[in-house]
Amino acid sequence: MTVSAQPGRLAWQQATVTRIVVQTATVKSFFLEPSRWSSFVAGQHVDVRLTAPDGYRAQRSYSVGSPPGEPEVELVIERLDDGEVSPFFHEVVAVGDLIEMRGPIGGHFNWRVADGGPLLLIGGGSGVVPLMSIARHRAAAAPEVPAALIYSARSVAEVIFRDELVARAVGDPGFALYGTVTRETPAAAMWRGGRIDGDLIAEVLAGLGAAPRHTYVCGANAFVDAATRLVIAMGVPFATIRTERYGGAPVRETSDAAVPEA
Amino acid sequence: MAITRGFVGRRPSEEDARRLPPGQYLERGFPVLSAGATPRIETGAWRFTLKVGPRPVKTWTWEQFNALPRTAIKRDIHCVTKWSKFDTNWDGVSIDDLLADAELEPPTQYLLAHSYDGYSTNVPFADLAGDKAMVAVRYEGVPIAPDHGGPARLLVPHLYFWKSAKWLNALQFTERDEPGFWELRGYHIYGDPWREQRFTGD
Repeated sequence: MTVSAQPGRLAWQQATVTRIVVQTATVKSFFLEPSRWSSFVAGQHVDVRLTAPDGYRAQRSYSVGSPPGEPEVELVIERLDDGEVSPFFHEVVAVGDLIEMRGPIGGHFNWRVADGGPLLLIGGGSGVVPLMSIARHRAAAAPEVPAALIYSARSVAEVIFRDELVARAVGDPGFALYGTVTRETPAAAMWRGGRIDGDLIAEVLAGLGAAPRHTYVCGANAFVDAATRLVIAMGVPFATIRTERYGGAPVRETSDAAVPEA
Repeated sequence: MAITRGFVGRRPSEEDARRLPPGQYLERGFPVLSAGATPRIETGAWRFTLKVGPRPVKTWTWEQFNALPRTAIKRDIHCVTKWSKFDTNWDGVSIDDLLADAELEPPTQYLLAHSYDGYSTNVPFADLAGDKAMVAVRYEGVPIAPDHGGPARLLVPHLYFWKSAKWLNALQFTERDEPGFWELRGYHIYGDPWREQRFTGD
């Protein structure tokens, strides 16, 4: 897989908020239009910097849900009640505001058409965001690449991108959706109850036809740990698995951050 | 400076603010962030090797490694994903003690740390000497959990935490400063939090 080096210096720039879309009761998409936005690879993230009138600043990293090739960057932000930045986005930010950002960042949790497939995508909660970037890019640029998304949420109401995911699963023969919810018995079609387990992984792998060439797992640490153990137990090679972990579950997350490292 | 409309923020106390590098916020938990699945290494199978270029100088088993002189340090740590954590306590073996046990004088100015999962990261020798760094085996008095890098991880707390390689299995002296895993993927070659060296060119 190709390594994305950073092209020179990553400069801060002002991006205009062009749209805000409510995804769930606690999640909104913020579409930002930067003046310079090139070389974005599906799965990358951006840094956002907020500045108070006295010069105090806060920075956070957010995954991007939009695919490459679009002028807007879709940041999908979950409101954390004890957070500093996500409540600001949810309660204060309006269309027309300028938000300082830089990116794209991250040369590992990426997928390009040249990387090929099949693709196995596994997301927990808001961990679906960078996977959505990959799924959308695949649908637009390489629909012949088989892909499966296993998406675990607490309830059907908390599924981000719900309508789009169902539409893609229905309309795209190369894309399979396995949605599972852990805190209710879902009434809606396309969603099953329970946690991701070995039986589900086996079903997904059988449906893919061939072994996944790349597996991407994103979510809270405990989720990523459980999911990677399951796919490794089913024979998916360790070295083909990329992860991105959100904070320190099972401890209550106090962090708005959403990226890899150390 | 571009003011963000309506942003007030939640300031840390003055004392905390002094300890926070630019762009960082104080975290009470201990987030886990890794690029892949968590390797689980039994201490009975664990080996740690000191190398000069391709040449192994000395390899320690878990028992041999734990018989080396032990150092304890308390430090603030800073992750490039913006969180910092204060007063973390670590036990392990200093790089000076490792070199002494291997009877090795530093042959070059640069090292690469290598991990069981194929991860690597570069650190100048000057940043590993003395009590600046260690190969840590205990965190807050107990063995380091697998998702935090146990059995042993590099600890270089004055640099961004991706330099503190988890699941460490080798330190290798290199002729030149050779970029490791994240340094090849857009992150800064040195990574000083106080100069906010997050990405290439910062």
